[in-house]
Amino acid sequence: MDKHVLLRDLDVPNIRELAVYEANEGYAAWRKALGSMKPEQVMGVVKDSGLRGRGGAGFPAGVKWSFLPKDVFPRYVVVNGDESEAGTFKDHELIEFNPHQVIEGVMLTSYAVLASTAYIYLRGEFYAPAKMLQKAIDEAYAAGLLGRNILGTSYSLDIYIHLGAGAYICGEETALLESLEGKLGQPRLRPPFPAAQGLYAKPTVINNIETLANVPPIVLNGAAWYRQFGTEKSPGTKIFCVSGRVNKPGNYELSLGSHTIRELIEMAGGTIDGRPVKGILPAGESAPMLPASALDTKLDYESVQAAGSMLGSASFIILDDTVDVVWAARKMVRFFKHESCGKCTPCREGTYWALRVYDKIVSGNGSLQDIDQLSDIANGMLNKCFCLLGEFATSPILSTIKHFRPEYEQFVREHQGGRADGYRDELIRDHAVHVLPEESITDERP
Amino acid sequence: MADLVNLTIDGVPVAVPKGTNIVDAAKRIGNDIPVFCYHPKLRQVGMCRMCLVEVGTPRMDPATKQIVKGEDGKPVIAWMPKLQTACTTPVSEGMAVRTQTPQVLAARKDILEFLLTSHPLDCPICDKGGECPLQNLTLAHGPGMSRFEYEAKHHDEKHVPLGDLIYLDRERCIQCSRCIRFQDDLADDHVLQFHERGRNMEIVTLSDPPFNSFFSGNTTDICPVGALTTADFRFKARAWELQGTPSLCTHCPVGCNLTLNTRLETHTGGYEVKRVMPRQNEQVNEIWLCDKGRFVHHFTRAADRLTHPLLRNAGGTLVESTWEAALQRIADRTLGKPITGIAGDRIANEDAYLFAGLLRTVASKGSLISMAPAMATYYADLARAYGVGKDTDFNQLGKGDVILLVNGDLEEAAPVWFLRLRQAVVTRGARLIVANDHTTKMHRYAGQTESYQLGNAANWASTRAAVLAEELKGARHLLIVFSDEKLSTSGVRSLAISLASVLVQSGHAGKSNSGLLPLYPHGNTQGVSDMTSPQPWPDRAEAVWLIGVGEGEGVPQAPFTIVQDLFQTRLAEQADVVLPALSFAEREGTFTSGDRRVQRFYQALPAMGQAMPDWWIVQEVAKRLGATWNYQNTAQIFTEISQHIPAYAGLSYEAISHTEDQWPLVGRGDLYYGGTVYDNTGGLGLRYPADAERADFHADVHLDTPPEVTIEAVQRVRRRLYEDGELIRRSKVLAAHIVNSVTEVPQAA
Amino acid sequence: MLKEKRAKDIDAILAKYPSKRSAVMPLLYVAQEEYGFCDEQAMREVAELTALDPTEVKSIVGFYTMFFEEKTGQYVIEVCDDLPCALRGADEFVHHCEKKLGVRTGQTTPDGKFTLRTVMCIAACDRAPVAQVNREYHYSLTSEAFDKMVDDLK
Ligand SMILES: Cc1cc2nc3c(=O)[nH]c(=O)nc-3n(C[C@H](O)[C@H](O)[C@H](O)COP(=O)(O)O)c2cc1C
Ligand code: SF4
Ligand code: FES
Repeated sequence: MDKHVLLRDLDVPNIRELAVYEANEGYAAWRKALGSMKPEQVMGVVKDSGLRGRGGAGFPAGVKWSFLPKDVFPRYVVVNGDESEAGTFKDHELIEFNPHQVIEGVMLTSYAVLASTAYIYLRGEFYAPAKMLQKAIDEAYAAGLLGRNILGTSYSLDIYIHLGAGAYICGEETALLESLEGKLGQPRLRPPFPAAQGLYAKPTVINNIETLANVPPIVLNGAAWYRQFGTEKSPGTKIFCVSGRVNKPGNYELSLGSHTIRELIEMAGGTIDGRPVKGILPAGESAPMLPASALDTKLDYESVQAAGSMLGSASFIILDDTVDVVWAARKMVRFFKHESCGKCTPCREGTYWALRVYDKIVSGNGSLQDIDQLSDIANGMLNKCFCLLGEFATSPILSTIKHFRPEYEQFVREHQGGRADGYRDELIRDHAVHVLPEESITDERP
Repeated sequence: MADLVNLTIDGVPVAVPKGTNIVDAAKRIGNDIPVFCYHPKLRQVGMCRMCLVEVGTPRMDPATKQIVKGEDGKPVIAWMPKLQTACTTPVSEGMAVRTQTPQVLAARKDILEFLLTSHPLDCPICDKGGECPLQNLTLAHGPGMSRFEYEAKHHDEKHVPLGDLIYLDRERCIQCSRCIRFQDDLADDHVLQFHERGRNMEIVTLSDPPFNSFFSGNTTDICPVGALTTADFRFKARAWELQGTPSLCTHCPVGCNLTLNTRLETHTGGYEVKRVMPRQNEQVNEIWLCDKGRFVHHFTRAADRLTHPLLRNAGGTLVESTWEAALQRIADRTLGKPITGIAGDRIANEDAYLFAGLLRTVASKGSLISMAPAMATYYADLARAYGVGKDTDFNQLGKGDVILLVNGDLEEAAPVWFLRLRQAVVTRGARLIVANDHTTKMHRYAGQTESYQLGNAANWASTRAAVLAEELKGARHLLIVFSDEKLSTSGVRSLAISLASVLVQSGHAGKSNSGLLPLYPHGNTQGVSDMTSPQPWPDRAEAVWLIGVGEGEGVPQAPFTIVQDLFQTRLAEQADVVLPALSFAEREGTFTSGDRRVQRFYQALPAMGQAMPDWWIVQEVAKRLGATWNYQNTAQIFTEISQHIPAYAGLSYEAISHTEDQWPLVGRGDLYYGGTVYDNTGGLGLRYPADAERADFHADVHLDTPPEVTIEAVQRVRRRLYEDGELIRRSKVLAAHIVNSVTEVPQAA
Repeated sequence: MLKEKRAKDIDAILAKYPSKRSAVMPLLYVAQEEYGFCDEQAMREVAELTALDPTEVKSIVGFYTMFFEEKTGQYVIEVCDDLPCALRGADEFVHHCEKKLGVRTGQTTPDGKFTLRTVMCIAACDRAPVAQVNREYHYSLTSEAFDKMVDDLK
């Protein structure tokens, strides 16, 4: 791949400005669609391109759009920019550095499904990036690319930004819709699915930011062009977020299936000090951790799944041999405990309980039975939660115990009798002094 | 039924209506799937995960679109890979459900173990102890021992007053959201919500005043743990010590079925009501009560109850006396003289019937019976004639039906009807038209609103009647709800006639699910009117006898006055004879609700002092005036009522005490399903037909009723649920809620 | 009162949605900008603007971590100490912040200037350690950079 399809800011300086964007084929797809394509043709191209959702589940976008019931209006396009999966920062870069491509994608999608209102839901922390995106939207309005009777056609569209306020669960599409409706961000029962009854119980298309950023080049260049990237089942390019113990963490756009995890790490500058990789988290904290033996897995949905994990949002967190797996697992369980929405019993109680057991182990009071206890808790949650968040929470527990049980056992033995000073500070911080008495804070770091 | 779906649950076949979920389907064949968040009366949310079961559907051949059959000729079942929540999964044809497999039993154990990790297990001091779904389900399905370490438990606030009526124990809460959903979806008071999230999620209120709702007590019934308890019952008794007696609420026209929970108090040696619980009657209150009905009971054992007859002595003061002396004094003073009797509308049918009989046949010529409060006297006959049809079922009201609500605040006047009719509109799609001089909560759901100046309800109705009748001709059913509040006596009659004419002219008179529904002030207004054919109050009389009138104003002046009541009211202060009556909790009898359902109530408490039932007192006086009456109990009187009051023909204690399975089945062993509401063992009651339903009925309602002359010098008092009165004043817990009725003065037209 | 002070913003927000309820989060941000935090008074005002019961607004405030019910310092410093950042020294960095400010995580400095909080991943793991100061990102922080920032703000 010689040129980026999505991270075009890396090739074209200042593409976040309308003039620069337009000078580089920007809004050409939009003009083409409005000038010469019917909505269903736009949908058709995207369907043919095989573009799969980039938010995690990998569902074909065009197929999803076609689920909207006929003749029910209004309909909405909702853009998922919650980007709260740990280790994910690709949508952040897109809206900050290539916002017009995102907006153009939203426009084309709205046109394809005949929506006249689109909401872009951004995580609340994206306050500053949201301002940049809003500036781009304002420019588009000013240029007549948005608003009433766009480019002289009868089509009208408004795009609004809506900010969340700190809740990972709002990335789950039905919780996001609840949040957008001004309710608690707790997931909805399904069915009905958003396509049938989504925002305000109206037909709704909901896609990830990166997914929609793919739409302009697809509409402009056609499905066949898009399919030259990626594999048969995973066409196109994908942004891989690489973080953790590598020298050059960042976003890397690659054709799906074109490289291996090992090559991705090399692109990211290799591990710090060249240390051996110990574990790979391919989809943030949500998917099972893979051991170093999976380094040669190809970077597409099917291959990562075959290796025992999920590609999901392709947020690779790399752990090297300096990292304590038990500590890392605890961090992840802490995340899910913090983000559990509380709606269902297994997730609400299971994440809380599991964290307490990790605390016990990490504070040096654990026993070998506690390791089994953790497995039991995770298995008790597995397949019983209301939404996937609770299911995700079992991944760090079960996968780390599966691949690194001897490390757990060693940890328990080595830290026996409360000799875990290095973690105290952190435990106290996390629990606002609940776990250990205040005096036991030390100045020593691990 | 047309739309039945067939499925098997653990191999047992069952057919249920389309749209039924698996939990309810299983109930039909006695399979109790454990639940916490699911409640048959609430929107299902599937959040507690207690009801997980294995679900399969017949495998389809994708090519032929035919069901694949196995070697045994039966459809091959494709089992879903994950357990499904039975409460949210609707049944489908050919579905198979397994509720007893190792996988299902393990899931139940897991969920219970999760719930118990944060639960304080303070069952010994918990009001729910003994009738607690969490306790019971843990016994049935839970883990045998706790693996959770006590220190790791999430601790939380206890004894949090959500308002002055309801307390929250945050540690006990299992976040099932039943209380929130009841308040949001049924009461439409969004005053309970979750705060925080995850394990920190807890119930809060920020309404002003806190937990501001007439229905708050219901949340304590449906709470599946002891998280919500009432200020009334907290720490007062253990569930297993209580006796339950079927009874009725007398405070509004709905006629809610109750169970009085009583306990023998060792310190006083007497029984008292420890709490009032709803008793299921799907035709009346389903499983709900308003907070007045639930918390007003304290008057039954108020310290200032009348316990002895009182006689005015030569010095002019009231002194304690015996029954014999009191009855004799009455006989001496009224023999040969006409008596004006005024019956309050909370006394039983049997009392009113005997009282009317005494005045008609025993007392001297010229005797007269009236009713207090007087207003209903002017329209109760119309309600009897054009009231809702005999087979009316509010649960059937929905699409195509119209509810016309005129001049009344449904929530204040008949709270449980508010809950039920609101559902008819909001969830089942009935059309609501509201006409009033001020905005009420029902206005929120109205498809059409009309307004008129204060005092002009009757005018409005008489001028709009013809047009409304024309407009409403196409309605499937037409229910017309109205109140007498803020009207003059002529105004209220005019209003009732106009509304009856709408029914007649639109072709809905005498039909089921159609008719007038009056918002009477109390629980037996219709019954007392039926028994007595009351006359307007005279200004003066030779002797006045007031039964259960409370603090009625404008009582006729007379040289001799008898007051028969529960308390030494202001009227009693001025009486010549004061007779102590029994409260509804201490005796038997029947009441007739505003929709003409005749229902029984039973004795739950022993008599207070020497107080006697009203009917007994009336009979004793009658005997002394020469009657040869010998009624032994109310059943005997009721038999006579059914023979002499045409509307009550065919009714009997036996018939009205009839019970049958009501769906959803609640109040059985599976408390986790419906809550602590009581099963109905006292009888479902029966509605007698409206006159208009009789073949020989001729409508004499015409449209040319004179419009009310506006602006009369009458009190225009809005009816309020917590209006000050003799009974509510004695409720320890409701005291803070009492409101003084506001008299509104109409503007000159 | 927000209604008077921020009338234009409020109208613009309400105009974005077909349902007033949807405006509850944006309006809470407005309230928080005005008052520094969402106390009961703020919640009641937002309830009135959105035709909700104040309980429902409190519920929203409680669920989302970016609304503060308690008074905070003038500057709220939120450092990510989630796994990706922690793999790049975030825990040590937080420790440094605590020492520099002289408060523990979750606390506010006695002069009311700074509140220190830790947060879960904020989508900037490639530029760890990262903090938000009153909702502005500060990337690739070092102890020295942090000290300078704090001193500049003082
Ligand atoms: C707990 C959870 C968190 C999620 N977070 C995000 C997110 O932050 N961003 C996102 O785009 N999708 C997220 N998803 C996936 C969405 O539910 C949904 O699948 C996605 O928005 C669909 O868009 P796509 O088809 O374009 O991927 C999340 C899902 C779950 C279960
Ligand atoms: S799994 Fe349950 S508690 Fe967890 S986020 Fe989903 S619904 Fe909420
Ligand atoms: S999930 Fe079905 S009863 Fe709670």
